[in-house]
Formats: sequence, C-alpha cells, structure tokens
Amino acid sequence: MAVRPQIWIMRDFANCTGCRLCEVVCSLAHEGRIWPEASRIRVFKFVPGVEFPHFCSQCDDYPCVAACPVKALSVNESTGAVIVDEGKCIMCGKCIDACPGRIPHKHPAKNHVVICDLCGGYPKCVEICQKAKYNVLWIVEKSGLGKQTKLYARTPKEISDELVIRLYGEFGRRFL
Amino acid sequence: MIGGYCGKILEVNLSTSKIHVTDADEDMLRHYVGGRGLATKILWDRLGSKWSKVDPLSPENLLIVATGPLTGFYPGGRVCISGKSPQSNGIIGSTVGGESGIDLKCAGYDAIVIEGASKDPVYLWIKDDEVEIRDASKYWGLDGKDTVVKLTKDALDYLNDKYRRFGEWKDPSILYIGPAGENLSRVAVVMEKWTHAAGYGGYGAVMGSKKLKAIVIKGSGPLPEIHNPIKFHNLLYKAYDECIRRDGMRRWGTGAGGYSVGAMQSSEPVRNWQEEWHDERSFGVDEFERRVWIKRYWGDYGCPTTCLKIALVKCGPYAGALTDNPDYELQAYVGTNLGIFTPEENVYVASVVDDLGICGINGGNVLGFAAELYQRGILTKEDLGGLDLSWGNPKAFGELAKMIAYRIGIGDILAEGTYRAALKLSEIKGMDLLPYAIQVKGVAVGAHGIRSRMDYPTPIAYACSVQGGDHTSVARLPIDSSGGELVRIMCDSAVVCIFNFYPNPSLMWEFYEAVTGIRLTPHDWCYGDGLRILNIQRAVLLLGGPDFYWDPRIHDDNPLRFYEPLPTGPYKGQAADRNEVENLRKQYYEAVGWDEYGIPRSDKLRELGLEDVDLALEEVRKRLKHS
Repeated sequence: MAVRPQIWIMRDFANCTGCRLCEVVCSLAHEGRIWPEASRIRVFKFVPGVEFPHFCSQCDDYPCVAACPVKALSVNESTGAVIVDEGKCIMCGKCIDACPGRIPHKHPAKNHVVICDLCGGYPKCVEICQKAKYNVLWIVEKSGLGKQTKLYARTPKEISDELVIRLYGEFGRRFL
Repeated sequence: MIGGYCGKILEVNLSTSKIHVTDADEDMLRHYVGGRGLATKILWDRLGSKWSKVDPLSPENLLIVATGPLTGFYPGGRVCISGKSPQSNGIIGSTVGGESGIDLKCAGYDAIVIEGASKDPVYLWIKDDEVEIRDASKYWGLDGKDTVVKLTKDALDYLNDKYRRFGEWKDPSILYIGPAGENLSRVAVVMEKWTHAAGYGGYGAVMGSKKLKAIVIKGSGPLPEIHNPIKFHNLLYKAYDECIRRDGMRRWGTGAGGYSVGAMQSSEPVRNWQEEWHDERSFGVDEFERRVWIKRYWGDYGCPTTCLKIALVKCGPYAGALTDNPDYELQAYVGTNLGIFTPEENVYVASVVDDLGICGINGGNVLGFAAELYQRGILTKEDLGGLDLSWGNPKAFGELAKMIAYRIGIGDILAEGTYRAALKLSEIKGMDLLPYAIQVKGVAVGAHGIRSRMDYPTPIAYACSVQGGDHTSVARLPIDSSGGELVRIMCDSAVVCIFNFYPNPSLMWEFYEAVTGIRLTPHDWCYGDGLRILNIQRAVLLLGGPDFYWDPRIHDDNPLRFYEPLPTGPYKGQAADRNEVENLRKQYYEAVGWDEYGIPRSDKLRELGLEDVDLALEEVRKRLKHS
C-alpha cells in the first residue's frame, strides 16, 4: 500500500467568515462536545470583520517539541503533526513561548496544552470549511513547502494587525 | 438539569452592586424554554403586579439577556435581549447575532437579569464565575467601533496578564451601547460586533438608563450536556446541508432585497412609504458587490449561511464608511425610505447609525418621518437646525442621526421614536401628524409592506402582533403556521436564527428534542406553552403605561398610510382593505383567545394557568369598556 504523503493545511486568512464551524467540529472531534476554548483551531477577532483561524503550522524544526522539558511533545511520523502526551505534560508553558506564533494553549479544564493533531491526517476543520465552500482552509502536500510553513506561525496580534490593513487600508489604522 | 441548559441565572443589581447566581427552575425552563419566553416569564413574575406604573427607563425595569436551549447547538449564534420596552411599553424579545450567547453558556449561565441602575458608567465583566461591575468612564461616549476595539484590547491585556501560562486568550464577546443608548434614545439598540443589533424594543435606552455601557463575556467551559449527542450530531450535519444548499441567500444575503423587494414585490418603503415600488438598477445587489464589498461571507458562531458581507467605501465623499453591507432592512430604511439609491450613500448612513447605536429600522423610520414633514413644509430648515432634509441627501440624514443620538435640537424630540415624536410634534404644530408615522404600537413597521400582497406579511401582520411593527414576529392565520408569531416565539425562545430556521422548519423541533429530551410538536406548542407566552406578552402590552395606553380598537391596526392606494408600480392602486382587516382581526382574536376588545379572555387565561394575569387585566377591562 502506498504511503500517503504528509499533508499541510493551506490557509487564506482574509477570506475567513468568522463562522467558527472549524471550532465546532474540532471540539466535537476532540472533546465530544462543542467547546470553543478547547478547540485546537481557534478563530480570533480583535477587530470585527477581521477574523482568522489560529492553529499549528508544523514548523520544519518544531521548536515547541525541542523546548519541552519532559518530552510530552512528539512528531507523528506519518502525519507530521505535533502530538501531546497529556499524561506527561506539566503545563510549564515552554512550548507556548518557543512557538513563534504562541499557538499552543492550555486546555481550559485540564492541565495540559492542546495542539492541532491534524485529526490523524484527515482534519475535520478543513472538511467543514470546504463543505461550506469558504475555502479558507484546504489540504496540500507538505513536501516542497520547506520553511514556508513556519512563516504562518505568527501571534494573533501580528496576524490581526496585518489583516486589518489588508482589509480596511488606511481606514483600519485607528483600530490597531 | 434538562439537556442544553446550564441551569443557572446570573442576577445583577446595579443599584446595590450585588451579584448572585440562582438556580433556574426546571419547570419554568420546560414551559418558557429560554430567550423571549423566559424573559417574559421573569418580567411578568417581577413586574407584572405593577406593570403599568413601571417606567421602562427607570431603575425598576429589568434588562434581560437570555440564551435558549438551542443557543450554540442549532447553527448560528444569537441571544435574546428583553425588558419592558421603551417603545411599546410591553415586552419585545429582541435577538442579536454574535458570540455572546455561546460565551454566556460557556461561562455557565443561561441568562443575565440586571436590575437597578448605577450612578456612574459601568460595564459588566463576566469571565466564568468571575463576575464584576467595572468602571466604564473611559468608554462612555465612545462610538460603537471604538467601544468594541478598546474593550477588547483591555480585556485581552487583563486576561493575558492574569492567566499568563494559558497561552493567547481569544477575544471576549461584547454587548454594548453607542451614544444613542447613553442618551436614552428610544430608537437605541443593544449591539454586538459593530454592526449587529437587537433592534426592536429600544433596549439600548434601557442599558443607558442603567448607566451600563457594555457586558463583556468570556466563557471557557463547554456548552452544557445534551440529551442525545448522536442524534444531535446527525441533525447538525443535516442542518449544515440544508443551509449550505441555499446559494442565493448565502451569496447575497437579504441584501438582494434592496432592489428586488421594491422592483418585483413592490413592498419596500420608498420616501417614508409614500411609495413601495422603485426600479433603480443602481440599487442591485451586484452593484453593492462590485462597489463596496470587501468580504463576501461574514457570520456568527457556528453559522453555515453567513449571509452578512462587509462593506467599505474606499473613495469619494463617503470614503471610510465601514459597516456590514446593509441587509435588506437597512437598504430599505436608510436607503430607499430616505430616497437614497446608491450603495455608497446607503453604506454611509448605515455606518453612521451603527456607530451611534441607533436602530436601522426605527431610526430610519423616524428619519423618513421627519423628511416627509420637511417635504410637506411642516418641518422647516429652521426647525431642523439648518439641515436641508430633502430626499436622497445622505449628509443631512447622517447629521440628523447624530442630533438624535445626542439629543440636539429637534433630535431631542425625534429620539423618542416615531410615535412619540409624532404626538409631540402634533402638539407643537397644532395638527395631526400621526398619518405620517408608519408604526404600530410605538414600534416602526419592518420594511415589508402589505399593500401589494406580494410579500409575506398579511393585512393583520403588524396590527395584531404582540411586538407591534416587528417584521420578525407577525400575526398570521392559521396561528400555527411556520411564519406566524407563535412559531417565532419558539425561534426567539430556543433562540434560533430565522435564516437558518427557514430552510427546513421541522429541524428546530427535532433539535429541541435531541438537545433537551423533551418531545414537542409545533401544534402542541402553538396551543400550549407558546400561546401562554403570547398571552402574557399581549397582557403587558395592554397594561402598557406609564406614558400612554394602547386601545386595540384604535391601535390593533395598520398605519393609516397602508390604506392609501399604492401610487406607482405594477400594483398601483392596491391598498389594505378595512373590512378585510376587521374580519381577519376578529378571526385572529378568536384563535388566540381574546375577546371582542382584544383582551385575553378569562377562560382562556385560566385554561393556560394564568390566573394572576387574568386578575391584572381587570384594570384594562375597566379602562377599555368604560371609555
């Protein structure tokens, strides 16, 4: 059987509708309930109209994994996703600080971080975004993307400020 | 607890600064559901015995923010705002889209009940069980855009500082008022996300009267447990399919109506309803798309329809006007109703009313009313502080909206809403100006005329509604029809967006059963719990007060203009028919259990278990039968 190539979730922030269907299906898949703060993909909205999804971009050098002092984080060989060993995680927050986008976040009710696991290679968020024809998220092959993926690991504030200007131009300055 | 509910109600007294949490009574939730129904029950229990004496803008009134069992579960996010309405003096269930309903449930509460009034501007901070009344002096006076951006920033700074190891905090939800609410305008709205408004009812003024600038909510828990998760999951995907299939609605939103409702159905307000037809191609949705859209789909939590679009005027005299692309109601009310037929001008006036926190419908209605008085020479340039309020003059309408929000000059009178302004101006001018007031029971009529008969409202749609001119809650026969008021009470109580309800009206009831475990048919609802809520709403509307009281013989009627024949368009000459209205009204009274005076009958009220309502209505029976 042919090995499925590693995937990456391509993203087009400027088209995000703020519908958060990705959060709904992510939390249903991982928690069995609708739980916005426990979703591995989270939609931020610092300025209305400028919503965007924020989730792991699988950097080529995985700084979060390197920063973990208790080896609670590992990379799944077949998907390339960062996997959290919930039992090992001591919630020290080092992975959050190591991430250029401060993407990992604490589970709102448990003592471990949550990070996108790509749903084992078939991400639910992409499925619903495609089903709804928004095309903010779609699947591409990861090979050949190189360091580009890491560029997408930016903090919500950085992404928001850039998108505000992209959408609102000069008129957006007052909202930064 | 019944599935889908948190089982907790947050009680806040702004006079005493006391905050406490009570358990929601299961029996109450079973019969009154949530949202509009729950708010009606709470309002009746606490204010019913003194209803006609309660000034809606006094500390005695309650401001209720209520979710429903389907909030967060049925696709699309809305929450219901209620209280004694400063427009109708009754109860209006006014829903607003956004994330605040989901955030509130994730924080652990089904509803917030706010009483009393603060002396100084405050906002309510809710972060799960951390609930505080905080100083809002630095936000008071800000327009909608700055209010949201500044409150968001300060909330995030606080959260990221206090809970440092969490990782980045997501923004909270914010319900707020603009300057119009602060200055107690009865056309002020409670808003969310710059452009979303709980429009009908005038609850922005209620918030303003309590000196409550905003409610900031961050919930970090899950939505409550539900009865049947597997069935729910299947229904969720079924609802997604149904909504996603509606390509026209998704692509254009209701904003396709600005052209089509006028040109095709001839039921769109044009120049304060003097006409209901236009064929202005410049007002086509394609023009809006090419000229002002900067985002094609925009929506609220869990919505697969995303009928909203974002509009920005990039150059010309209105450059910088930014808001959601006017939906049909705003295209009509701050567009055609003011003689405005171009997207940029329409977006400009819409952005002005949104920033001020004025209702697009009630505000647009009172602007149109003033403009018709100007057209007829009844209001002069001098009366208007020098404004040339000619049809199609966006700058003047924008300025007048500001005068309304800040109660400057004639704005002080117009801020009272069309009905009260008409009474006041009639007195000043010494003539009857009510014929130019297109409202029902203090509430502006939605932008759907009845004269052409090509739109959805029937001739008694507004006349017999317990929410007056509210186009989202119209009276219809048979009373259990899915477009009628009783089913809408369920939409507003379970709190479901009607644009996600339309695609398959049976889904809401299936969701309700999967989430709560309670089996309910539309028929049982419309002849049981729904009818009970309707009758309480009717009772308080008739109790009314304290500034005036409705007489169904006079006020269960259309605006007089609807009896004038349409002057233009394919349905030229058509008008509402008095005999038909009278006939339908009788049938409707009979069907919902009201007597010939339009008062809920004793036997009906007792059958519904509303003995206390029956007793309270003695006051109304005496007033109407002896006058």
